[in-house]
Amino acid sequence: MTVNPRTIPIHPAEATGKSAAFEYLSTRKDELVGWARKFSLFPYPFVTACCAMEFMAVSSTPYDTDRFGAALPRFSPRQSDLLMVVGTVTHKQAPILLKVYEQMCEPKWVMAFGVCATSGGFYQNYAAVAGIDRIIPVDIYIPGCPPRPETVIDGIMKLQDRIARDKHPIITKDF
Amino acid sequence: MGAEVFDRITTRLAAREEEARVMHGILVVNLAPDAVAQAARSLKAEFAFDIFLDVTAVDWPGQEPRFEVVWHFYSTTDNVRVCLKTRVPESNPVVASLTPLFGSAAFMERECHDMYGIVFDGNADLRPILLYEGFVGHPLRKDYPKEREQPLVPYRDAAAERGGE
Repeated sequence: MTVNPRTIPIHPAEATGKSAAFEYLSTRKDELVGWARKFSLFPYPFVTACCAMEFMAVSSTPYDTDRFGAALPRFSPRQSDLLMVVGTVTHKQAPILLKVYEQMCEPKWVMAFGVCATSGGFYQNYAAVAGIDRIIPVDIYIPGCPPRPETVIDGIMKLQDRIARDKHPIITKDF
Repeated sequence: MGAEVFDRITTRLAAREEEARVMHGILVVNLAPDAVAQAARSLKAEFAFDIFLDVTAVDWPGQEPRFEVVWHFYSTTDNVRVCLKTRVPESNPVVASLTPLFGSAAFMERECHDMYGIVFDGNADLRPILLYEGFVGHPLRKDYPKEREQPLVPYRDAAAERGGE
């Protein structure tokens, strides 16, 4: 028996017509775009405090974040897509952080590096913001004071998994 | 060597005022608020105290006068430190500025004004230096609540944002 290959449904399980085919293609497109995006994280290091030492450690050769495509810091927010907030953010600095975040192009992700950026850490006073998620949305939180490089790499990998699983619409509601 | 110069400073400064004693290797002189400027001038001119280390304050809640303003000076000739202290009341926390003597006093007086609300008469620029414009109160005073926040950026409502997506 010969089957015309054009009649074979692209995705047999959901062979209910045109929309399923479109959904299948769109899912494959999301996988492709997600795979591409997760290995091209250009971090913008918003480094404010002592966690910077640990950021230097994780960027250095022994840990080598280049394996995850996240080793090329861009010092312009417009060219970056991963905002790494490394250290304590004060109320006086919050407008700067917000401005940097708003300057970044979509798609963008935010990493709260260390407890101070995550929750304020041990600061509860007039100066410190108790977690940057009060100002900007955060995608991944990394615990530790400071976090070990392994924790940071784990965080990068979890963020990559999330990016790979995400939808990546070509046309969003804002565009 | 320290003790010898301390004796000379004590006779020069504390003859007019009450007590001077050596604590932790530092000569501490308690003065009246209006005597500080003259004391600092003579420290610089007569005893070669050429470095102005710091000016800060201590809040003693419940005591009267409430604030203790503290100056630290260092002499690179004798390698000794002198500390001047004075008390000012909450109703009128004014002391003389030392900016005519030490230029570096300007920023430290601004910080002290930020944190404790001490007014330095003669310092023309007491704008906030560590705090920001619009900050109400003086955070290192003991009656400033430690959890009080004065954010510059309005907090986002995370729950509403998640529901809106």
